Amino acid sequence: MASAAVAGGRSVNQAITKPPQSLWVDAWHRLSRNKAAMFGLALILLFFFLAIFGPMLAPHDPLKINSGKGFLPPAWMPAAWVSTNNVGDPQFFLGTDSIGRDVFSRLIYGARVSMVVAIIPTIFITFFGILIGIVAGFFGGTADNLLMRFTDIVYSFPDILFFVVVMFALRDTPIGDWGNGLILLFGALALVNWVGVARVVRGSTLSIKEKEFVEAARSIGTSDRNIMQKHILPNILSPIIIITAFAVPRLIIAEAVLGYLGLGLRPGTSSKEFFVTSWGSMLLEGQTAINAQPWMLLAPAIAVALVVMGFTFFGDGLRDALDPRMRGAG
Amino acid sequence: MTTPVQTPDATSALPPTQTDANNQALLQVRGLKKYFPITQGILFQKKVADVKAVDGVSFDVYPGETLGLVGESGCGKSTTGRTILQLYRPTEGQVVFRGKDLAQLKSEDLRKMRSDMQMIFQDPYASLNPRMTVGDIVAEPLEVHNIVKGKEKKDRVQELLQIVGLNPYFINRYPHEFSGGQRQRIGIARALAVNPDFIVCDEPISALDVSIQAQIINLLEELQERFGLTYLFIAHDLSVVRHISDRVAVMYLGKIVELTDSKTLYENPLHPYTRALLSAVPIPDPLIEEKRERIILVGDVPSPVNPPKGCRFHTRCPLAIPICKEVAPEWRDVGNGHFVECHVV
Repeated sequence: MASAAVAGGRSVNQAITKPPQSLWVDAWHRLSRNKAAMFGLALILLFFFLAIFGPMLAPHDPLKINSGKGFLPPAWMPAAWVSTNNVGDPQFFLGTDSIGRDVFSRLIYGARVSMVVAIIPTIFITFFGILIGIVAGFFGGTADNLLMRFTDIVYSFPDILFFVVVMFALRDTPIGDWGNGLILLFGALALVNWVGVARVVRGSTLSIKEKEFVEAARSIGTSDRNIMQKHILPNILSPIIIITAFAVPRLIIAEAVLGYLGLGLRPGTSSKEFFVTSWGSMLLEGQTAINAQPWMLLAPAIAVALVVMGFTFFGDGLRDALDPRMRGAG
Repeated sequence: MTTPVQTPDATSALPPTQTDANNQALLQVRGLKKYFPITQGILFQKKVADVKAVDGVSFDVYPGETLGLVGESGCGKSTTGRTILQLYRPTEGQVVFRGKDLAQLKSEDLRKMRSDMQMIFQDPYASLNPRMTVGDIVAEPLEVHNIVKGKEKKDRVQELLQIVGLNPYFINRYPHEFSGGQRQRIGIARALAVNPDFIVCDEPISALDVSIQAQIINLLEELQERFGLTYLFIAHDLSVVRHISDRVAVMYLGKIVELTDSKTLYENPLHPYTRALLSAVPIPDPLIEEKRERIILVGDVPSPVNPPKGCRFHTRCPLAIPICKEVAPEWRDVGNGHFVECHVV
């Protein structure tokens, strides 16, 4: 600013018209200094990369049965750790499963399910959570009471039990066939998880709607809808982003649990299909051979752990970056 | 302008606040009440009591004047202002603005009426949306009432910023980049955007530094002259109100106790509460200041949930006589549009 002032009125005006650093730019600066968050972001990006370019990266067809090459341990694993007499083959980086399918390729293809679960149900829960929370918080009274009591009811279901019931009830119906059962899976996940978002949004709305600028908007004649869209929503984005970032790992774990229980999406029959396998079903296959071939269980378990860790670290960093208390004055 | 049809009920039977019939009021407030319910229970709420924030006030506001509204914190001044603008819907009473009773209007009609009456808020830090640029804030009323669009809108916003003494290049900036006084100017520009006739100024200067207060007061006076605005000026600072107001109303515990032109009020206050208030204003002359006699009121303001029976001020009034405890005094004219609500004076 100082140099601009010296350069004369014109550039002062230019300096004034220049859009200032917004909250988001500020937040990004803070986030980029947070090592754990950046590590988390790197993990997330890595798994998205794997999910998108899976077919190009996977060394083998994830469904191809290499007869006679089953039970192979990873080639780099010391022989002392392997309880069978099989010797690893370097072309199978993480070994093979009981029928000779490449674990590494399956792992890469499995990333797709987790990453899609990280996105699509998240969009649904964020949308419905915001809608229900903002309406309840803004209008208050009876609308609030009805919506929040409904939210409490959904909240009080045990999640996993609810998933299991929904999947069992619907998986053999036509609905359960859509997209290898993926639609049903998304539906079940979304149906339970919006409550967290709705509660946070309602709480934030309650505090923002008492601010004078909302009253000012009312005194101008702004409609309720515009007040919610232009005045309330932009001011509660930070808590929404944070709660969403923390919802993602829960969704990924829930999907893995369902896969493990055999209730997740159906395994694909051809590697041309977009979803061939999921980490949850790999866990299920792996646990039957936990003593003989621990890599079959460990590989997907570690993958799930890494993704969840990535999102959790990133969410933590986001919270620190966006928390208004962390924001300096101006 | 059509005079409103007033049903002969208790509220409209109240005497008018000004005898001068030639002067048609822009705003007539009659028996305005605003009660806030106190509820108990979470799921099944039941009302246990009311906070009687405004409990039957009547006054007129004439075109081009500034009516000051003073009183201590919690006496219902701000609630009165907000209830007039229907930011709170009144519990009872009429707010007749240009012949239309705002309290009866449907919300959509009311929304359209809002371009004629605006509000300037107390806290310039809270009254501007931190996520909107100054340009968007000032343009919002123009968009809501569909006044101008596109390039014209931008020009109008810049013009408004200039009118309130801000650099028109500020349109892309965010409120947090401004000082309190500048933010208050933005708030004033927003209120002016729709060319209102009537503006409620809700303590527009009490959150500002003293040096800035004078600037904002001068700006408000200048704008009044330039655009023929009518103000309801709410404040607790008596000297500021004296400076800016043509007439002043004094509120105590939800009621107006005295209303007259500002010269009379400051020179010849009648109501004991007004006298006590005025006696607290320091005089900037050491010799006179030394002789100033303060009337110290004893006790606290009673709760607006259970206001005292009779005159609301009798619990603290130095002049109280037995009747004050039993009968509420009438709102009467003691001459020349000087209204007071007291048994004694």
